[in-house]
Amino acid sequence: MAHAVNEGSYLTNPKGWKSWLLTLDHKRIGIMYLLFIVISFALGGFFALALRLELLSPAKIIFTAKQYNQLFTLHGAIMVFLFIVPSIPASLGNFVMPLMLGAKDVAFPRLNLASFYIYVFGAIFCVYSMISGAADTGWTFYTPYSTTTNTSVISMTLGAFILGFSSILTGVNFIATIHKMRAKGMNWFRMPLFVWALYATAIIQVLATPVLAITLLLLILERTIGVGIFDPTIGGDPVLFQHFFWFYSHPAVYIMILPAMGIMSELVTTFCRKNIFGYKTIAYSSIAIAIISFLVWGHHLFVSGQSDNAATIFSILTFLVGIPSAIKVFNWLSTMYGGSINLKTPFLYFLSFMVLFCVGGFTGIMLGALSLDVYFHGTYFVVAHFHYVMMGGTVMAFIGGLHYWWPKMFGKMYSEFWGAVACFFIFVGFNMVFFTQFILGAKGMPRRYFNYLDQFQPLHAFSTMGTWVLGLGFLIMAFYLIDSLINGPPAPANPWGGMTLEWHTQSPPVTHNFDVAPVVDHDPYDYRRIDG
Amino acid sequence: MAKEVVVESLMKSGSFWFPEGANSITNSVDGLFYFILIGSIILFVGICSTMAYFLYKYRRTEANPVATSHITHSTTLELLWTIIPLILCVIIFWWGYKDFLSMGTPPGSALEIRVIGKKWLWQFEYPKEGVKTLGELVVPVNRPIRLVMGSEDVLHSFFLPNFRIKRDVLPNRYTRLWFQAERMGNFQIFCTEYCGDGHSAMLATLRVVSEAEYQEWLHGGSGDSDEPLPELGKKLYTKNACNTCHSIDGSPSVGPTWKGMYGHKVSLDGGASVDVDDAYIKESIENPKAKIVKGFQPVMPTYAGVLREREMLAIIEYMKSL
Repeated sequence: MAHAVNEGSYLTNPKGWKSWLLTLDHKRIGIMYLLFIVISFALGGFFALALRLELLSPAKIIFTAKQYNQLFTLHGAIMVFLFIVPSIPASLGNFVMPLMLGAKDVAFPRLNLASFYIYVFGAIFCVYSMISGAADTGWTFYTPYSTTTNTSVISMTLGAFILGFSSILTGVNFIATIHKMRAKGMNWFRMPLFVWALYATAIIQVLATPVLAITLLLLILERTIGVGIFDPTIGGDPVLFQHFFWFYSHPAVYIMILPAMGIMSELVTTFCRKNIFGYKTIAYSSIAIAIISFLVWGHHLFVSGQSDNAATIFSILTFLVGIPSAIKVFNWLSTMYGGSINLKTPFLYFLSFMVLFCVGGFTGIMLGALSLDVYFHGTYFVVAHFHYVMMGGTVMAFIGGLHYWWPKMFGKMYSEFWGAVACFFIFVGFNMVFFTQFILGAKGMPRRYFNYLDQFQPLHAFSTMGTWVLGLGFLIMAFYLIDSLINGPPAPANPWGGMTLEWHTQSPPVTHNFDVAPVVDHDPYDYRRIDG
Repeated sequence: MAKEVVVESLMKSGSFWFPEGANSITNSVDGLFYFILIGSIILFVGICSTMAYFLYKYRRTEANPVATSHITHSTTLELLWTIIPLILCVIIFWWGYKDFLSMGTPPGSALEIRVIGKKWLWQFEYPKEGVKTLGELVVPVNRPIRLVMGSEDVLHSFFLPNFRIKRDVLPNRYTRLWFQAERMGNFQIFCTEYCGDGHSAMLATLRVVSEAEYQEWLHGGSGDSDEPLPELGKKLYTKNACNTCHSIDGSPSVGPTWKGMYGHKVSLDGGASVDVDDAYIKESIENPKAKIVKGFQPVMPTYAGVLREREMLAIIEYMKSL
């Protein structure tokens, strides 16, 4: 068994659909997650295209006000709960992290499979909500609107409630794996930075998600049996809901962005063929972000009627959480200095992230300032800001990571030419859609408006046209990635010259990951060792 | 009252970023935005041009196959880019905090006006004079105004873009907002907390007028103009937010369309039917839940005490004309 080349890869060994559905292999579970996550992204994207189409003109085009409200709710809920929260950790993280640690699998393979099926189960509820009078509350489910509307709020929140458990189980599994499954010689500071980022993410997943679960459960109890928690007509307080909701949902923003930052560190080292600049600073700043992220939720409530003193403290803490993110950007930039930069598709997404995330960060500073937030709150400025961070940040890194590990996952190469073309359309389209929305918001255009004043039409129409350019980019990507699976040339074990352990096994890896258990005696990005 | 109220355009007035300001605090709020914007542009251009330079200089070529530098960190640099942003953030925080405090502290002499938000209209009440208006807030220029706001149903948010202020309106507590208009004009009011089907139609106008005009408006009967009834009714249709739920072109909405409704029989919830005549219209406006047209929800708020008799007649005449 020393050189078991004939054994095939994890993709074909063992064979049969049953061996996939009941698999305990982290790589297969990662691939199944990836499939569902990509479907969710396509569905959420389809809703985005539809609602932007309606906004092409201030008058009604296709949808009624209610249908429009359902569309933006579905877009938000699907993108957040089904796509972006699980996106990087559950798919790429599941696949790559044990390989990076030199492990055979995660610590609890059965739990890993369970969390996948819980995800599917939760997704069923969300889909059921879609076809049975979709919720029209916005993905934030603010009370008392959400407790009084006659749409199917319960199945959507129940779906999100169940999805939360999947997230918690993945977090627990990752924490245990990172503590106990590292290869011989791999101490904490020899771990790749993607693993550090997943560790920080897992902490938030485990600690914050239960609060969301409780909140949504209370909402369901209020709707079904009239327990007065949030609805003032039965003795509740609607602002309490906002505190509960954001106590999870703000840390959740970091569940979404931290893994993306981890991917950025991997991309910049491999494609510059150089050690990361400031390893420890990047690692510690992930943990710092995870901790401070629990203490900033109140910046969503500056105009909600919470006390001015509370708002002041939340504003200070919000600025503090921005600093570690800025440090990371400077570190990635410095890593490029004196490198040997290989401008392949994954690195194009690295560059896109750098540009777009900076815009998202700067506008985040504006929104953290109390007086400006009072003005921008509830306008398109906020919509543009969080899309620059979530889509310009997380989605760019997710796509970058997908292209980076694609040869490892499927053993096939894709077309670099079409990769660059798609990236160009996505970058240009994205800025058309969302930079326009900064101007709209600054001019006073409120979000979640079915109709708008005629004077806003030129900007709205331009933004909508941007979605078509963006959509075209993703369509091209779908074509060349699928084509690569069928016709792509076989990938070598290490197509990019990466240092981390996942590149030290064949592409795609064997079922048990490594033929010989790796031993680590150097830093994760120590290119000097091989390049002199 | 007879003259057309034209609301100042948000897009056409003011700078590239902001609509023209009208509040005593506007300059300082905009100033903070431009301070951050300029700082951001300097940093952004710096980061992007450094990135572009590195991309060119250190691109992988035959001559540059591997990294030439193996620097792993620099404590000086890292401290520098931690401390400088930190100092900038402290300045930004302080600036924002200072203006936030003044936004929350009205002078004691402020004129108090009550605001009620409900699906999907804004109602204003001048407590001393007992004047009620719908969709139109009238205030004197250069006097501090304090709004005390509450909601009758779900959350709403009161947003005055030209004044850079906003506050949520809640069903279980009163929230406050204050401003001092520095110039006369008609300004846009938006609802900025999602509240359902009519959210984007929950608009109102702020009319800032001279002190003399304000007194005249407050004490003169605004409803008793010489304007012909159907024309007055047409204005009231949008001003009082009837258009949020009732179409005039026959298309279904939250409520029944007004087109061709007058003089016809409609079926009611529960099987009965009723002739749409003057009495039914008056009853439906003042006590909307009394007789619900079949197929619609009882969601209309009451307009009792808000419309003067001549305004009621105007709406009836307007409905006849459709």
